[in-house]
Amino acid sequence: MQDFDVIVIGGGPAGLSAAISAANAGMKTIVIERGDYPGTKNVMGGILYTTPTAMVVPEFWQEAPLERPIIEQRIAMLSGEQSIMAGYREPEWAQEPYNAHSVFRVPFDRWLAKQAEKAGVMIVTETLVEDLLYDGEDIIGVRTGRDEGDLGAKVVILAEGVNNFLAVKAGLAKPLRAETVAVTVKEVISLPKEKIEDRFCLEEGQGATIELYGDSTAGMMGVGFIYTNKESISLGVGALLRPLIHEEWTPNDLIENLKAKPYVKRLLQGGETKEYLAHLIPEGGYANVPKLYRQGLLVVGDTAMLMNSFNREGSNFAMISGKIAGEVAAENIQNGDISHNAMAVYENRLKDSFIMQDMHHYRHMAKFFEDNPHLLKMYPEVVSKAMKMYLTVDGVPKKKHQKDIMKMVFENRSKRGLIKDAYGAWRALL
Amino acid sequence: MKLDDKLFLIRFNTDKLSHIKIADPQVCLMQCKDKPCTRFCPSHVYDWDEEEKRISVGYEGCLECGTCRIGCPYGNIDWHYPRGGFGVSWKNG
Repeated sequence: MQDFDVIVIGGGPAGLSAAISAANAGMKTIVIERGDYPGTKNVMGGILYTTPTAMVVPEFWQEAPLERPIIEQRIAMLSGEQSIMAGYREPEWAQEPYNAHSVFRVPFDRWLAKQAEKAGVMIVTETLVEDLLYDGEDIIGVRTGRDEGDLGAKVVILAEGVNNFLAVKAGLAKPLRAETVAVTVKEVISLPKEKIEDRFCLEEGQGATIELYGDSTAGMMGVGFIYTNKESISLGVGALLRPLIHEEWTPNDLIENLKAKPYVKRLLQGGETKEYLAHLIPEGGYANVPKLYRQGLLVVGDTAMLMNSFNREGSNFAMISGKIAGEVAAENIQNGDISHNAMAVYENRLKDSFIMQDMHHYRHMAKFFEDNPHLLKMYPEVVSKAMKMYLTVDGVPKKKHQKDIMKMVFENRSKRGLIKDAYGAWRALL
Repeated sequence: MKLDDKLFLIRFNTDKLSHIKIADPQVCLMQCKDKPCTRFCPSHVYDWDEEEKRISVGYEGCLECGTCRIGCPYGNIDWHYPRGGFGVSWKNG
């Protein structure tokens, strides 16, 4: 059996970042990836934040395959045919040090894997890890699907993605539930770059994002998104699995519903769908973060349920948790102590980082939306109605309009209900 | 756009072996009235075969998201990743 210091299971952003930091610390490191090469099994909406990525590969923007630097973010609420928008534009974000880029995972992760190889990491592809290897209670390596495919390691880093087979098997995580995952589908729709820039009011090469709430998900807990790439648009929609089942939506109908919205339709006009993708997003939040370590093992990225979808931060949590895990693995191996207690350092460092602080900050959010399914159904409709009443000029004095609006609001939700929702939102988000 | 037309755009390296099994077909027939798997799967891998009275599984079109394993109300879908190197191979991701 071939032996390594560190075995990383999974060649996504978490696994590759873990491998890079372990190898940089002198560890003999291998990444085991089930796809043809790292990237081909990976899906995300498409926004990659600069600073956390640069913590893994400094100045990655010089050569990494990126689509567009994001200079504008819009939020939309859809209600039927109507939409309410807000946005923020900062043209400086088109230049170094940037804030975020749209990316495609396949070329990006392939590139990231090359950086790992440069750091000395060995990458084995087309290989599925079937189980961890134990000596008594101690983890000593992994079993792959290949003949004579057992590999030994001092530390295993589990970056298997959202489908946490091995984490459950190892007794660290609970099986996922329909309340803790969002089903997301995305289309990559090609459009000439001039059209993209005209439609989104962008200078050459710049990018924009739109997050769409409300009827974009038929009022289910979730979000629709539109991200500009160089010569395509990524359009997707994700909803929590429980309401999706309950309300009998198919994911494809949901994305078609979004594409048909008047505002969205015009942005996509003339575009051609090039790929249709599907992925689960771990939405369990702080309460559902698994045990992150045990003797000889660390859990990172989506497998660790590290996700702040409110600020669409999944890949940077993945990369930073991976980086920390790689460092802790190396330090512990060098100190000759990979015991349960020594591995706990990983959790402590995550708690000190923005990752666990943000997870903790938003800890009430999942339950707040789960307990209040009316939020994304009722409010977009009420606000939309209010806007229409206020903006319609019809010879009625504004004071009367305002009165009518208040009356309409209270017909939809009692004063008590409004206060309860406001308090819940304040607690969940602030 | 129809789902079938979208699925044509996806690159697969299809295994001869299925990576999906219905654990107990009797559960689908006798207990499961609603057959939600025929809706929630993003690529419509699952379909109710009225003649054979069972769920037919088109594993070849699986996008490997894992929704079925979690969404089946009876935990009756035994879904794993395909063997290494097989299954969906995204172009963009």
